Amino acid sequence: MSDVSARQQSQGDGTRRDFLYYATAGAAIVTTGAAVWPLINSMNPSADVSALAVVNIDLEGVEPGSRITLKWKGKPVFVDHRPKERIAQALADDDAPMPDPEPDAERVQRPEWLVVVGVCTHLGCIPLGQASSDPTGDWLGWFCPCHGSHYDTSGRIRKGPAPRNLDVPPYEFVTDTLVKIG
Amino acid sequence: MSGIPHDHYEPKTGAEKWLHSRLPIVGLIYDTIMIPTPKNLNWWWIWGIVLAFCLVLQIVTGIVLVMHYTPHVDLAFASIEHIMRNVNGGHMIRYIHMNGASLFFVAVYIHIFRGLYYGSYKAPREITWIVGMLIFLMMMGTGFMGYVLPWGQMSFWGATVITGLFGAIPFIGEPIQTWLLGGPAVDNATLNRFFSLHYLLPFVIVALVIVHIWAFHTTGNNNPTGVDVRKGSKEEAEKDTLPFWPYFVIKDFLGLAVVLVIFWAIVGFMPNYLGHPDNYIEANPLVTPAHIVPEWYFLPFYAILRAFTSEVWVVQIASFVTGGIVDAKFFGVLAMFGAIAVMALAPWLDTSRVRSGVYRPQFKWWFLLLVIDFFALMWLGAMPAEEPYASFSLIASAYWFGYFLVILPLLGVIEKPLTPPATIEDDFNAHYGKKAGADANPAE
Repeated sequence: MSDVSARQQSQGDGTRRDFLYYATAGAAIVTTGAAVWPLINSMNPSADVSALAVVNIDLEGVEPGSRITLKWKGKPVFVDHRPKERIAQALADDDAPMPDPEPDAERVQRPEWLVVVGVCTHLGCIPLGQASSDPTGDWLGWFCPCHGSHYDTSGRIRKGPAPRNLDVPPYEFVTDTLVKIG
Repeated sequence: MSGIPHDHYEPKTGAEKWLHSRLPIVGLIYDTIMIPTPKNLNWWWIWGIVLAFCLVLQIVTGIVLVMHYTPHVDLAFASIEHIMRNVNGGHMIRYIHMNGASLFFVAVYIHIFRGLYYGSYKAPREITWIVGMLIFLMMMGTGFMGYVLPWGQMSFWGATVITGLFGAIPFIGEPIQTWLLGGPAVDNATLNRFFSLHYLLPFVIVALVIVHIWAFHTTGNNNPTGVDVRKGSKEEAEKDTLPFWPYFVIKDFLGLAVVLVIFWAIVGFMPNYLGHPDNYIEANPLVTPAHIVPEWYFLPFYAILRAFTSEVWVVQIASFVTGGIVDAKFFGVLAMFGAIAVMALAPWLDTSRVRSGVYRPQFKWWFLLLVIDFFALMWLGAMPAEEPYASFSLIASAYWFGYFLVILPLLGVIEKPLTPPATIEDDFNAHYGKKAGADANPAE
């Protein structure tokens, strides 16, 4: 007995039993993690949900001053055919104080077409302003009824609790009237 | 199980002894329901039974509803209408389940405020209190997910707004939100997982309730005086207590009966009074209702969530100190969960040596103000996010935090408490008029 403990001490602090404890605990942690990860990952978006990531939209017939809504990745995308005075207003406000300053030119590819994700950056409501009868807020863009965020004609947050401007989705003009979103 | 001395179960017949030596389950049940209970408990102590009733009611009605419900975005709303119109008695079962959730929260709020007034959270009942707070959180999660299942407009937009809270977490918020929803927006994957969890969590609550009961059966119940039961001997303890069965069970059932008269009246005559008409419109991901309001039982915390906008100086300081990581949105989320966290920390924030609020002349008034504050927040949570409600919300939120973080610690130092009665027996006799010298044995 004393012989064994003397031999263990002579080998330093760790015994062979300590090594077995650490090895077993380590293996248990790794296998538990390996078993749990697939379960957690299964809750991430499934393949069919991820696949709905590209949408084509034909803008033929969308008159200046009118707005259309389409669905992309489960969210609405607002396309606004801005008349000249709205573009001028957006440009004029570039230097106005706002929570998330961004010049209008960086938010559009062609000034007459504003394309933004129609989800309020506060808590995800859909701002009003798409239908001609909707309230458009103090800056004639969009107004979120949930907590009172006002967006301007460039989709920039001007007043209210939302932290960011309306997101601009990745898109490109395939032709003059055909837009690919995603 | 209890620290209070009392008679334990003794198996008498051969069959009882046979079972008891193999599985002492009868003894466990006997000791649980015969726990010595302070005999001066008042009517505020009936809500535990009401809560137990609610939990069973919700599980039983829920299991039946699941037999007729379809968790799919195209079918969920129709399956609810199927329950309402076609299933035998389905409308009644659903109305009971809907309003049962409201009764559950009425009961839990009274139960929590009972604990806050009589100092039930203080040593040695901190674990009971913490487990109770966990149950409360689980209830909120279960209630929220259950409200999504009918797939009406409020279901959908409530889910969008509340899961949006997780998106406010800096850096990892968006991946977490996508993971929770199972996609970029609330959709079929979200509905299915909420259904799964709505079924699971009540059973987690059952387990936590057992731990909650276990904990306060170990310490013994608190009582209106906050004075401990004398534990020196069984005779001494019996002067302060009566067994839970039959004395308190019968009393609690009377309280439950009165509560249920009101409950059944609401279920029968005004079942949609506490709901929102918008939830009878099927969910539409492209149209937000003009006025999103959570269920009434979430309103106080919803008001706190909305109170902290970027104009508020504490939010600006937090944003400056963290280099913009904590913005107004994240601050609101922190405040909402913080409102529950400070309540959970009450055992350590309250510095008073006297347990019950009855003997704390200043505390009483601050507590009354907290109750008013709670109702004010509830009202403000239902109001639109504009002035003057925004400023009122901020003041009411500030008082909620001030009560727990400033008033409770300070009162223990500056307040001069009254002297509680020496024993529970003294308090009982003072209230229920036992003549001096008379023996307390009504059977004689």
